[in-house]
Amino acid sequence: MSAAHTDSHGDAHHDDAPHFSIRDYATGFFASVVLTAIPFWLVMTGALGDKTLTALVIAGFAVVQVIVHMIYFLHMNTKSQGGWNFLALMFTVILVGIVLSGSLWVMYHLNHNMMPMPHSMNELP
Amino acid sequence: MSTADLTAQYYDLNEHDHPEGGSTQLGFWIYLMSDCLIFAMLFAAFGVLGANYAAGPGPKDLFELPLVAVNTAMLLFSSITYGFAMIEMQRGRVGGVKFWLVVTALFGAAFLSIEMYEFSHLIADGATPQRSAFLSSFFTLVGTHGLHVTFGLVWLGVLLVQLSQHGLIEANRRRLLCLSMFWHFLDLVWVGVFTFVYLMGTLR
Repeated sequence: MSAAHTDSHGDAHHDDAPHFSIRDYATGFFASVVLTAIPFWLVMTGALGDKTLTALVIAGFAVVQVIVHMIYFLHMNTKSQGGWNFLALMFTVILVGIVLSGSLWVMYHLNHNMMPMPHSMNELP
Repeated sequence: MSTADLTAQYYDLNEHDHPEGGSTQLGFWIYLMSDCLIFAMLFAAFGVLGANYAAGPGPKDLFELPLVAVNTAMLLFSSITYGFAMIEMQRGRVGGVKFWLVVTALFGAAFLSIEMYEFSHLIADGATPQRSAFLSSFFTLVGTHGLHVTFGLVWLGVLLVQLSQHGLIEANRRRLLCLSMFWHFLDLVWVGVFTFVYLMGTLR
């Protein structure tokens, strides 16, 4: 990159390539191993007893692990590519939230309201 | 007002030089985000249909958690070995990059083989995608992820050839960076798959 480069474009090249360090990858890896092993252990042994509680706990572990992957493996931060990376991510997170919660919510109520009647078709002669 | 004036008014005629590939990373990230939406749809479909067994086998009868745990480990190992490849790239050692890419590809292939083994067992047991809505959405979600891993492996192979021919040129570094994002993203999606499909399915 030449020193004469003073425009606002241009610098987004070398400077934006993330720096890779063994420490980051090792941290991410060991955190992921722990965050993966605990949910498997919880489900396979049934250590928590209550199923709803176990489901909530493993969902929590999944969210933490996704964030760990984002930071240590995908080198996500609020500064890369002038913040556009992060903006796109936030937009996607919101869309994913709407898609998931909306689908589950609507379809749950649909199922609920279309419970089979006591005299369903199969019981007819 | 002449046409030339109008053109100058609306377009930046003295556009500055953009470095080649300067926006590739952002573009690829946006592709990954759109891919993320595809997976969100498939997860939503599984969330809605995942309990409709049509009197067929359910997750408890079908899933073998130890096998899924081994599979998860394969993908996680492949993530860290890809990280080692990126560190070697940063040090400018093409041999090291190629070595770790091959190791990553082996772990990826192991992941796919285990998944194929699982699928073939399910289908042999009569748990085909046609059996119930649960199995349709299961095969679509997990299959789409597996397809992504397959394409990642093809990409890895192509990159190995390109690295052998051209070494660590700027374009190859950019490709390595994109595949790195793609590969880690697949691992990230797998976190959702093993948590919400396998673990929560077994809980149900």
